[in-house]
Amino acid sequence: MNDKGMIIAGLVIFVAIFTFPFWYNHLKAAEAPEPILSQKAKAAKTCVEGKAYMRTEHMQLLNQWRNNVVRKGLREYKARDGKTYVASLSNTCLKCHDNKAEFCDKCHNYASVTPYCWDCHTYPKEKK
Amino acid sequence: MLEKAIKGSKTYWIWVLALLAVIAVGFAFYIRQLGFGLGITGMSRDVSWGFYIAQFTFLVGVAAGGVMVAIPYYLHDYKAFGKITVLAEFLAVASVLMCMLFIIVDLGQPMRLMNVIFHPTPHSMLFWDMIVLNGYLFLNIIIGWNVLDAERNSVPPPAWVKPLIYISIPWAISIHTVTAYLYCGLPGRSFWLTAILAPRFLGSAFAAGPAFLILLCMVVRRFTKFDVGRPQIQTLAKIVCYAAIANLFFFLCEVFVAIYSQIPEHLEHLKYLFFGLHGHGILVPFMWLSIVLVVAGILLLLIPSARENDSVLAVACVLLFIGIWIDKGLGMISGGFIPNPLNEITEYAPTFPETMITIGVYAAGLLVLTVLYKIVTGVKEELTGV
Amino acid sequence: MEKSRRDFLKIAGITILGAGAGSLISGVSISSANESAHKAGSEFFKNPKALTAKRWGMVVDTRKLTDEICEKMQNACHRSHNVPDFIKKFGKKEKNHEIKWIWETGFENAFPGREIEFPRENLEDLPVVVMCNHCENPPCVRACPTQATFKREDGIVMMDYHRCIGCRFCMAACPFGSRSFNFRDPRVAIFDQNPDFPTRTKGVVEKCNFCAERLAVGKLPLCVEASEGALVFGDLDDPKSDIRKILADNYTIRRKSELGTNPSVFYII
Repeated sequence: MNDKGMIIAGLVIFVAIFTFPFWYNHLKAAEAPEPILSQKAKAAKTCVEGKAYMRTEHMQLLNQWRNNVVRKGLREYKARDGKTYVASLSNTCLKCHDNKAEFCDKCHNYASVTPYCWDCHTYPKEKK
Repeated sequence: MLEKAIKGSKTYWIWVLALLAVIAVGFAFYIRQLGFGLGITGMSRDVSWGFYIAQFTFLVGVAAGGVMVAIPYYLHDYKAFGKITVLAEFLAVASVLMCMLFIIVDLGQPMRLMNVIFHPTPHSMLFWDMIVLNGYLFLNIIIGWNVLDAERNSVPPPAWVKPLIYISIPWAISIHTVTAYLYCGLPGRSFWLTAILAPRFLGSAFAAGPAFLILLCMVVRRFTKFDVGRPQIQTLAKIVCYAAIANLFFFLCEVFVAIYSQIPEHLEHLKYLFFGLHGHGILVPFMWLSIVLVVAGILLLLIPSARENDSVLAVACVLLFIGIWIDKGLGMISGGFIPNPLNEITEYAPTFPETMITIGVYAAGLLVLTVLYKIVTGVKEELTGV
Repeated sequence: MEKSRRDFLKIAGITILGAGAGSLISGVSISSANESAHKAGSEFFKNPKALTAKRWGMVVDTRKLTDEICEKMQNACHRSHNVPDFIKKFGKKEKNHEIKWIWETGFENAFPGREIEFPRENLEDLPVVVMCNHCENPPCVRACPTQATFKREDGIVMMDYHRCIGCRFCMAACPFGSRSFNFRDPRVAIFDQNPDFPTRTKGVVEKCNFCAERLAVGKLPLCVEASEGALVFGDLDDPKSDIRKILADNYTIRRKSELGTNPSVFYII
């Protein structure tokens, strides 16, 4: 029973660390992200695939595009609605969604996701 | 048995803390490398592999050298080696861990290293290298740990360890052969494109590994109460001697082929290493030093009165270890890349950050070695009741 | 009760492994189910304008090359593909980190081992342009542990920059020194970045890609267009192509052909 002090101290520290996210944010949840559609995107009305699908699966779609373009040389994509697009992040997706900070980054920052796509793939309004 | 590693003298803890400090420094430099890129090293478009891969190549040899203890004991019932098989196995563990660390540190995109597993590529030698290195690591940890544990409890090791031990012997040969196959199958690098590269690697491995093991046994004898015994060390020394002679002979064979055939492609790389080429020759003094060290080491090991004197034996092992390290860890990589496929010369020397990361990895290996050896010596001391 | 802690740890370990494996399997099956559900409504195909071939190849007529043309070709290629110029940005000390897809070199550098003791006049000054040879039997593809470099069906040896782990085994394997490694972030040294083509990032290997992205939309490689007729590009497997006609009419050599890599770039000297 000599360790009672240490154990209680340890427990207190543990609880403090464990509940850190709650009291650090003053018990408020961060607001859900609101990505802002650019003018071009609004004008286009639909994306390559449906909104719900893109919201959850755009990364899977991009990976599919990547494998087919780079590894098989097939650069044209026929979407479920029959329209064809050039399978390119920078030259198709970002032609409509041309403001990364207002659209892509809004959700990515909230979810603490840092896709390294941007290390290579260019996006509009780059510094250079 | 891990509890043996957390109780030690002040010297032990100072050593461990010093190693941790060196590891921390190396790690800090590695973070810098992750941020900046491999450009902080001395590697270039022409010499695209450098210090890290050279250390990996050398250490695979040291890891394979442990088989020189396993073969006499397990295959030929040379009972005298019974005490040191565990030491050899744990040396192999530490060496293989360092090999893997050096590969990770050398990768341009280390976060993607799982790609080698997600996209297995049997026609690539690096794929097999990953398999044999990991396999050897697990084999040696499992074997070493279980044999030691059984010894501690004064029972024979469990039956399933025996087949693993028998597998580990050809496996040890395979790790260094596969590493040699990384180099000797590349059509554009005439310095490496030789059938004798794998035998050379094995020869230098079986010299450097046991030489280091001898030194480690002497250190263990100095700092603990575990003495492996004079006859064992002498046998190891003879093994080192013959392996070093074989390695030197293989090297001289290569020199003969180059010099007698006079084919420029073969000659140029050796000329660069030993005489310099077109005014470039930073490695020349190192290569000659390597020859001197290896020959001196062999002579000292050949002369019985020298070999049987422990201090001289230690010196001989150090000379051989360093000499082989220069040959494999400095000369072989640069020699292969210089001159480049367009007959241009770009020399290579490691930079300060590169050296600090290298030292950090060595410190990590030494830490693992220290902990494992502490456990071994702790168990041995417990058995002898000291 | 002596062994209970050990047993507890064993059971805990197996549970974690089992849960991990379970989630991995369910995760994989979900994503593959999604993929197949999505694939049901989509396909991939080539642009109808794309140029196709069974084996792309090139003939370099060095008789038509000049230093200026070589520079034009290199600029066209490097600019469009966002190849960085570290020497221009930071000076000669960055020569080690140089990245080049196509460049001019001398005869004895392009064809080492083929030195001629009493050469034809001006052979030493002959401008020879070198790039990846897109070998038919490429040692770099054999070496790559992740298939990040691979041979396409049309003969182009491609790089998948997403998969490359930067081990540089391909650079050691290439007998021609055609490959460059990104030792640092290339974006700091790209002048006039082309927004229609990605850059690369630090830690991956890159090289000439025979302008696969241009072939896909029916255009010829940039070096060919800038070469003022010195470079001829076409399908080596098509006996009726222009390139085969030139090869039939001229004696050509290839770099290091004795190594058996079967390069697809031929040189008229």
